Amino acid sequence: MEKQIKKVDLIFGKVDYMAIMEQSLKRTRDEIILDVIDSGLRGRGGAGFPTGLKWKFAKNEDADQKYVICNADEGEPGTFKDREILTQVPEKVLAGMALCGYCIGASEGYIYLRGEYNFLLPSLYKHIDDFHKKLKAMKFDFTIRICSGSGAYVCGEETALMESMEGKRGEPRNKPPFPTSEGYLGKPTSVNNVETLVFALMIAKEGPTKFKDMGTFDSRGSKVFSVSGDTPTPGIYELELGMTLEQFVEEFGDGDTKAVQVGGASGFCVSRKDFRSTLIGFEGIPTGGSMMLFNSSRSMFNILNDYLEFMEEESCGQCTPCRVGCQQLLKGIEAVKKGIKPPAYLEDLQKLSDTMRIASKCGLGQSVPNPFNSIINNFREEIIY
Amino acid sequence: MTKIEELVKEQAEKHGRQRTSLMPILQAVVSSEHYLSEEAMVAIATELDLSTADVFGTASFYTFLDTVPRGKYIIRVCKTITCHMKGKDEIIRTIEDMLKIKLGETTTDKKFSLLQANCLGWCHKGPVMLINDEVYPEVTPEKVTEIVNQYLKKG
Repeated sequence: MEKQIKKVDLIFGKVDYMAIMEQSLKRTRDEIILDVIDSGLRGRGGAGFPTGLKWKFAKNEDADQKYVICNADEGEPGTFKDREILTQVPEKVLAGMALCGYCIGASEGYIYLRGEYNFLLPSLYKHIDDFHKKLKAMKFDFTIRICSGSGAYVCGEETALMESMEGKRGEPRNKPPFPTSEGYLGKPTSVNNVETLVFALMIAKEGPTKFKDMGTFDSRGSKVFSVSGDTPTPGIYELELGMTLEQFVEEFGDGDTKAVQVGGASGFCVSRKDFRSTLIGFEGIPTGGSMMLFNSSRSMFNILNDYLEFMEEESCGQCTPCRVGCQQLLKGIEAVKKGIKPPAYLEDLQKLSDTMRIASKCGLGQSVPNPFNSIINNFREEIIY
Repeated sequence: MTKIEELVKEQAEKHGRQRTSLMPILQAVVSSEHYLSEEAMVAIATELDLSTADVFGTASFYTFLDTVPRGKYIIRVCKTITCHMKGKDEIIRTIEDMLKIKLGETTTDKKFSLLQANCLGWCHKGPVMLINDEVYPEVTPEKVTEIVNQYLKKG
């Protein structure tokens, strides 16, 4: 059968990034921001906030200091594309940060790199030194530093990330104020995912049209996917957005795919019957790139159990719905499995998970219901028996 | 001045004494001492003019900032779903047998600790493990035996 998914090479292709910088610095900040808005680029970390708007908000703030933060705290189970981007094209990430710095008026940038990726540090420092020299030659004032994480998933949440950078527990802040007005050290800050920064650079290079012409109305452009699980071809692929899960499974499945977890432990589980009607993107199911395939040999109970264990361990414990909710969901499905609780107890647990969605402080607790409800609804009998 | 106090002072000179310096200092002490002792946390608090509770509160939040003694080489095997599916349990059993310790324990010579970690970001190449900062993707019981043997030979 003909492969229908279009592969794209915006992220990993080599470009003359200093030429893009030079050409961009000749344009006004507003022009570039307008291009990024016009392209329809939305944050590639998972939440999907329009990047151009974020830059515009940060730019409009009046402050003596502003910051650019590259969020490289890639911790979502099933996601590994940022590591690959930072390995293969680090200079494009750095240039994307400098571009953002130019647009919002920041002279300092930070890469928040998860501790699990510390092995990347020597090479990143080398690239940063090299990049600083080139910027200096262009007389553009922008400095990049690296902050290392120490193994906390929740620090990928932008306000928790900034707390961690400030030397505190990585507990998410209340929003508002949003980071674009009060971010790192209380200053306007643009926090962008690794992949987002590279796309912004490519949009500055090629204009918004090429990017905008790909994908769908709400999900423009392409996206780097991390494909894992039961697939003959695990790996990293940049694909045009707008495909259905059926097309995806046709390309990557092993012929026996019974479910795909879209968006990692905080994403949704889609079962085979819904592959055709499910679009991968903001109109359907959005993803930060994580695509985990499961074939019929896998127990969905084990999968849900794994996700809940993950969330229970990674919950920062600050707010009660998330801290207690994760524990109770995990204990609850184990009790149902063992027959200590009746199957109808799953409905009580689903009510609890709905409460978590409404009452949790940050995206971690709010998204636990995604895997929980979707796996229970699709594979109820596997959870009970 | 004790050895730890000297180390903390040296790191404070390097990273500064602001609150933003706390994480790099904690990380540096862990990479040198393999954990944060009470003595180290008190020294850091004194050096940065913070309360000791604040330093402990921050340190205890992060998985990689251990507050119990660990070995010189910390082995972290990824336990998240795809690595689970690809056989991380067998990897852990192999290491347990080689080092004669259970998951979560440290060898008596303080050379190795064996831990599990949440997703390490190598789902396409699982099972994966870290030994300190070094990453080992696509490990098998045979490969892991070879890797651990190399570390056993090291000082």
